[in-house]
Amino acid sequence: MSVRFVVGKVLGAFATLAFVLVFNFFLFRVVESNPVATLYRGRNLTDAQRDELTRQFGLDGSKLEQFVRYVEQTLQLNLGRSYATNRPVIEEIWAAAPQTIALVGVATVISMVIGILMGISAGWRRGTTQDRVLTSTSMATWSTPDFWLGMILLTVFAVQLGLFPTGGIEDPTSGATGFAKLLDQAWHMALPCLTLAIAYVGEFALVMRSSILDVMREDYLTLARAKGLRDAQVRDRHAVRNALLPSTALIAINFGFVLSGAIAVETVFSWPGLGLLTTEALRGPDLPMLQGLFLVFSASVIFFNLVADLLYPLLDPRVRYS
Amino acid sequence: MSAPLLAVRDLAVRYRTDEGDVPAVRGVSFVLDQGETLGLAGESGCGKSSIAGALLRVLPRGTEVTGEILLDGEDVLAMKPGRLRAVRWTELAIVFQGALHALNPVQQVGSQIAEAVEIHGQSLTQERVAELLELVGLPARRARDYPHQLSGGQRQRVLIALALACNPRILVADEPTTALDVMVQAQVLALLEQLQQELGLAMLFITHDLSTLTHVCRRIAVMYAGRIVEEGPSEDVFSRPAHPYTAALAAAFPVIGDPAFRMRPSGLGGDPPDPRAIPTGCPFHPRCPVVRDECARTDVELWPVADGRRAACVRVLDGPGAGTA
Repeated sequence: MSVRFVVGKVLGAFATLAFVLVFNFFLFRVVESNPVATLYRGRNLTDAQRDELTRQFGLDGSKLEQFVRYVEQTLQLNLGRSYATNRPVIEEIWAAAPQTIALVGVATVISMVIGILMGISAGWRRGTTQDRVLTSTSMATWSTPDFWLGMILLTVFAVQLGLFPTGGIEDPTSGATGFAKLLDQAWHMALPCLTLAIAYVGEFALVMRSSILDVMREDYLTLARAKGLRDAQVRDRHAVRNALLPSTALIAINFGFVLSGAIAVETVFSWPGLGLLTTEALRGPDLPMLQGLFLVFSASVIFFNLVADLLYPLLDPRVRYS
Repeated sequence: MSAPLLAVRDLAVRYRTDEGDVPAVRGVSFVLDQGETLGLAGESGCGKSSIAGALLRVLPRGTEVTGEILLDGEDVLAMKPGRLRAVRWTELAIVFQGALHALNPVQQVGSQIAEAVEIHGQSLTQERVAELLELVGLPARRARDYPHQLSGGQRQRVLIALALACNPRILVADEPTTALDVMVQAQVLALLEQLQQELGLAMLFITHDLSTLTHVCRRIAVMYAGRIVEEGPSEDVFSRPAHPYTAALAAAFPVIGDPAFRMRPSGLGGDPPDPRAIPTGCPFHPRCPVVRDECARTDVELWPVADGRRAACVRVLDGPGAGTA
């Protein structure tokens, strides 16, 4: 892998990020009317107070001046202050991110492993009952709306059966610490995590299945079989390795969507992560918060795309040397 | 008399497709003894590569293979999976066509050779890989290359080394020179010939190029529409074909320096028959330049032409000297 290749990909990622930065600014200026008037509707503000608030929100001056200030501040990781809490947006995001990373990260890893295994066994036994069951299950779960699934699971397992808590990240009354606290949080995470895992697993399974089908008729599999390898060895050593290559991109992109991936499900389960933060910010609308969240979500997708681009040559020698 | 090394009896291969069954091989029999060389020639789609796949039972799942493939008297088609895996590559190995995707693109070629050695329980794998690569004229350091780093000719050499990994007694070469440059073709052929003689291998050489076979093989069999239509010593078959199809196939390759070929290049009109709709009688009759009325009705079989020669054409029944060439 040449230095030039890496530098090119990294520069490309930064260029995309720069575009997002600009786009993000104008997107929120297009929808915005007058936040000061919206937020303080019905209250009597003096002109001086109004001007002061406008200045605090960074809405004074021309659009160009605002833009220059926005870029300067963003480069210093200052994403402005939330209208709702008046705390810095970056702090709010920083506080909510770990919960989302834990929830969606675990769900993505679980669904990835199970989905890939499902895809391999479905594709390798194409046309059998096993394939049909796995494929139709994948189709069904993939097309199920995740918030709907979440509400069903919540109703059945939390409300009716009482096996799981109905929401939140921990029991505020227990006062548990250390490992017990962690266990309590895992228990709270179980249902939203299951919801997301079910919602994600189908995509992994279907993509892996079609990758397996693509390599099925390759001559090197016939050769491997002719050499005297067992069916499972042919599959694991030769078919899966080659079939995983096209799935790498999908996997990386899915990790990019970890941060933004659970807006609906976090809301259903009141999981205090970035998704819930987004829903709350939308109600305001808390524009600086939304603007900051959008930027962080985009940056995460761009970053993992870059990871995919850089990972691919390590997995495929044909790309590595060309 | 002991059983021959490889005896194929009445082999038939039917592929199952969405559009119905496709009979690719329709009753083929031949014998291959220790150290012998047999060439199998015919146009693409005549079923010759299906035979190679059938010998080790590596055709796509669901393909119907009937008849007998006797390896030292033991029927490959009746073997249990464990026995079959043990026989694969140690008794019979296939040299696949290297220009295509016979090598795994993401594995070093050395480890693909080593895998065959290890599967069959031999130790000192790395030494063996180096030895095999040198045997086919490649430096041992090439073991660490990936397939795409090698030229077509080098890939073909790797596939030959791979086929020899477990000291098989029978080598099946399935179009090993197709899609190679002419010079490289000659090198690969010379290598196969040399290895066959040095190692005393029995070799089944499959190609569409009849002229290649006459160099490498002592006997040849010509296939058309899933059947053998002519067989005999290669020089005789090539120079004095008894079947009009063999004559057409032989004529399709120019004799360098023969002015007659330059003036009148010959080829065979029409296409090979669709395996799903094979003509009645002699399947070659719609394309045959010397067709007779009876050909569409007569079921041809391999009739003796001369000593060790047989052909499936009604003309051989006319008696000696009735050749068509």
